[in-house]
Amino acid sequence: MASPSAPVEGVAPARGRGPARDVAGLGVGRAFGFVAPAFLLIGAFLIFPALWTIYIGITNYRLTGVEAVSPSVVGLSNYTKALNDALFHNALWLTLVFVLGSAIIGQNILGFTLAWIMRRTRPAVRRTVEAFVLLAWILPSTVVAYLWVAFYDRDGGTLNSLLGTQGTAWLIDYPMACLVVFNTWRGTAFSMMLYSSALQAVPPSQLESARMFGASGWQTLRDVVFPHIRGHVLTNTLLISLWTANDFSPFLLTKGGPNHESETVPVYIYNVALQGGELGYSSAISFLLLIANLLVSLVYLRLLRRRS
Amino acid sequence: MRSLSRLTTVGVLGAAALALLTGCLGSSDSGDSGGQDANRNADAKKVELTIGSNSVKGGKSSAGATFLEDVLIPKFVADQKGKGVDVTVKFQGDGSDDEVYKQKLSLDLSNKSGPDLFQIDGIWVGEFAQAGYIKPLTDTVGDAAKVNDWDGWKQIPESVQALGSYNGQRYGVPGGTDGRVLYFNKKLFQQAGLPADWQPKSWDDIISAGQALKKLPGVTPIQINAGTAMGEATTMQGILPLLVGTGATINSDGKWLGNTPQLRQVLDFYHQIYSTGLGDPVLQKEAKGRDKSFAEFAANKIGVLGESDYFWRSVVEPKEGVAKMADRDSAVGWALIPAMKPGAGVKGQDFVSMSGGGATVINPNTKFPQQAWELMQFMNSADMVKESLDGAAKITQRSDVNSEVLSGDPMLSFIADKVLPITQFRPGLAEYPKVSAALQQATADVVAGKSTDAAATAYEKAVETAAGSKDKVTTN
Repeated sequence: MASPSAPVEGVAPARGRGPARDVAGLGVGRAFGFVAPAFLLIGAFLIFPALWTIYIGITNYRLTGVEAVSPSVVGLSNYTKALNDALFHNALWLTLVFVLGSAIIGQNILGFTLAWIMRRTRPAVRRTVEAFVLLAWILPSTVVAYLWVAFYDRDGGTLNSLLGTQGTAWLIDYPMACLVVFNTWRGTAFSMMLYSSALQAVPPSQLESARMFGASGWQTLRDVVFPHIRGHVLTNTLLISLWTANDFSPFLLTKGGPNHESETVPVYIYNVALQGGELGYSSAISFLLLIANLLVSLVYLRLLRRRS
Repeated sequence: MRSLSRLTTVGVLGAAALALLTGCLGSSDSGDSGGQDANRNADAKKVELTIGSNSVKGGKSSAGATFLEDVLIPKFVADQKGKGVDVTVKFQGDGSDDEVYKQKLSLDLSNKSGPDLFQIDGIWVGEFAQAGYIKPLTDTVGDAAKVNDWDGWKQIPESVQALGSYNGQRYGVPGGTDGRVLYFNKKLFQQAGLPADWQPKSWDDIISAGQALKKLPGVTPIQINAGTAMGEATTMQGILPLLVGTGATINSDGKWLGNTPQLRQVLDFYHQIYSTGLGDPVLQKEAKGRDKSFAEFAANKIGVLGESDYFWRSVVEPKEGVAKMADRDSAVGWALIPAMKPGAGVKGQDFVSMSGGGATVINPNTKFPQQAWELMQFMNSADMVKESLDGAAKITQRSDVNSEVLSGDPMLSFIADKVLPITQFRPGLAEYPKVSAALQQATADVVAGKSTDAAATAYEKAVETAAGSKDKVTTN
């Protein structure tokens, strides 16, 4: 929160005065008037729900039953329960696997590879490939989930027909692997686009020089390309890991099953809240997920700052 | 310094907001119990009502949806027109899993919206009533005499009325009941050399029939619902009928069943079926496993399947079923569910079953409570109940209708004559759904390969949490 103001403060003393507080000459009242609509929206749709979640998280509020009418405040017991809940640990672990497999490794590498290869191809080919990759990204989740359920299905699924492995229940036997492949396919478009534009920032002259000095492809990537796009890699990884960690579409494929084997944290929250009716407990877990998101963001921001 | 003070401001604002929120949750409900005027809009000439039901034309419980939309609503509208009231009734159909329907209803009701009349499962009445989502009929309608003097009550047996009651008060009008049996495919039985009038006398008989069926290629011998994906269908079609076959019930003397020998016997039976290839463990884990099991039975790929008469009426039913079997009448056989051993069942019975059923309730926040009660009575009149059958048979809530219609259908008269006298009902207690979920998890564990003991231990822990204390759970 303080970081944007830091450079301003750094500049101001040079002019021998305090920081310029009112550059636009609006006055405090009018300035507030200008941002008030934004603040109201953020307050209503972001801050209020967040506070509400924190509040519900310290109660035993339930979807039905006595606690639905008169919930009582139970303090931090939802949080202590979460810390000792084997299913929550399971969900955390699966989320980690999901983020690592499908975002940090899958989408990142596939996205970069596509961007790197497409750089030199004919525009027609590039446009076609991009269109297909983008399609995976912009289709509604329900449609995509339906396609993938059909793809993985045990009886007459496309994958089984392709591989000749009739009767293999992919979503039951290898639920996490299926989800990782699915999400890599689903989200690669963003990484591909981001890296495509990042690669344009690499000066062609440096690539030329690298080639003249006889650098191998890998050396070029590591010593010439990567230093230029490091910031993009970090930003991209931050965004896709947060999106993936909070992604709910695994539910559409497996509902967290079989027997909790693909129950990532968002799915677990849903199952606890609506299947089990424990709204209080699920709010506490939601808040923990929020904290985890903040922590991950902080780590990435640190890394980004160290770069500059 | 500046950022610090800004942080403090945010903190103070946050704390203030939290303080404002505290006490808002749920409390809005407690204030108005009975506070609303039950006679609101009683004389309205223009009335709008909505009926909610987990059925949809061409999908889940299609016949029920067809009746509500095409028969009941037009007739009620015409009937009211005769009385000078302009009524519009909308049908809000749903075709989802029961758990999903329940979530949607709960969320609607907790926000004081939702349909004016809706159908719910009898076991939800307790938790809905506790949450204040539904109120005793006498409260909603306001006039006790008006409700209690309805002549329909006399036709509904006490045990069936309990499906719409909680703590001795009527919350809704039940919509009939059902009974569970073992269905079997006579064509497969013939191929396996098993009799067409098969009637197992013990669990071992089921297993040996399964072993004979196992020799047929591509056939899953037995489908006893297991796992969490099938939800209540696992408890009702699988665990509970088996459990009463060991002589135990899920709740007796105010205590929930814990890790007892009877529970372990049930889990052992599951283990026997799903570890020896007599059942398909994968099907129990699939998100749409129950629907798939229906389709497989209809395609002659499952030998024995435990279900209620719903299966006969709405699943393999040749015209409107979700998994139609054109030759249902000749190909589908049924047998009573045997106790573990003869005489080992609850009350010393040789054969056992479980029954449930739904109820139609009135939304306490309806704009037109009086008209909703009118519709409720109209819906449950002998004429309408008969109409709802559309020539087919079903065990309705009304004895007068049952005695007329059931004789036409051999399966349903079997349920009425042979199954209902030996059946058990689930306890209408608010904790039941949580205990049921724990039972489902225990079977999921067994099907996934956990040992019976480990599954039973984990189950007992879950039941203790659900019941609130160890004293409310029986052990050994």
